[in-house]
Amino acid sequence: MADTLFLISGVIAVLALFVAAFRFFRGPTAVDRVIAFDVLTIISISLIAIIAHSAQRVIYLDVAVVYGLLSFLGVIIVAKYLERGL
Amino acid sequence: MEIQPIVGGIVTLMGALFLLLGAVGVLRMPDSYNRIQTGTKATTLGTLLFLVGIGLYNPIWFPKLIVLILFIIFTNPVSSHVLARSAYSIGIKLTEATVVDKLKDTRGEEIDA
Repeated sequence: MADTLFLISGVIAVLALFVAAFRFFRGPTAVDRVIAFDVLTIISISLIAIIAHSAQRVIYLDVAVVYGLLSFLGVIIVAKYLERGL
Repeated sequence: MEIQPIVGGIVTLMGALFLLLGAVGVLRMPDSYNRIQTGTKATTLGTLLFLVGIGLYNPIWFPKLIVLILFIIFTNPVSSHVLARSAYSIGIKLTEATVVDKLKDTRGEEIDA
């Protein structure tokens, strides 16, 4: 029962990944692409967590933490670059 | 039959629905600022519900999941704020349905906090 619910959740999250990727490829400005990238990363953190659950390995959650850290830094740096150049 | 794993599954499913709503909002909203709002708020709540659901299924994982949840709570609004600020200062257009724009006088100039 619970495993089925987790499976449905994973499928819905992958669907959300595709919907957000459509905005990532369509644009029209760089800011829209950065937003789509942020959303893609947050959904990916959820997917990493559910992979850690299905593999029953707690070490995969560290991967999610590092992934979120890199995404945060990336968004901040791109925003600063758009504003006044590096 | 224990109730806690099923509650965890239901919470995770709600989180996945919020993630899908956030992604659809990013696709459908009319301008960049609305996309920033829906893309950050809905997906933050969705990820929190997702992680709490997984923590309900595996209660021994809660310390590490709480670190991840606190990290997302603190960093996600910061990145959306910085992004909206830089989008305004490089002159991204607001949608025509905008009613009030209190930063209009500073458009194009440096917006310093």
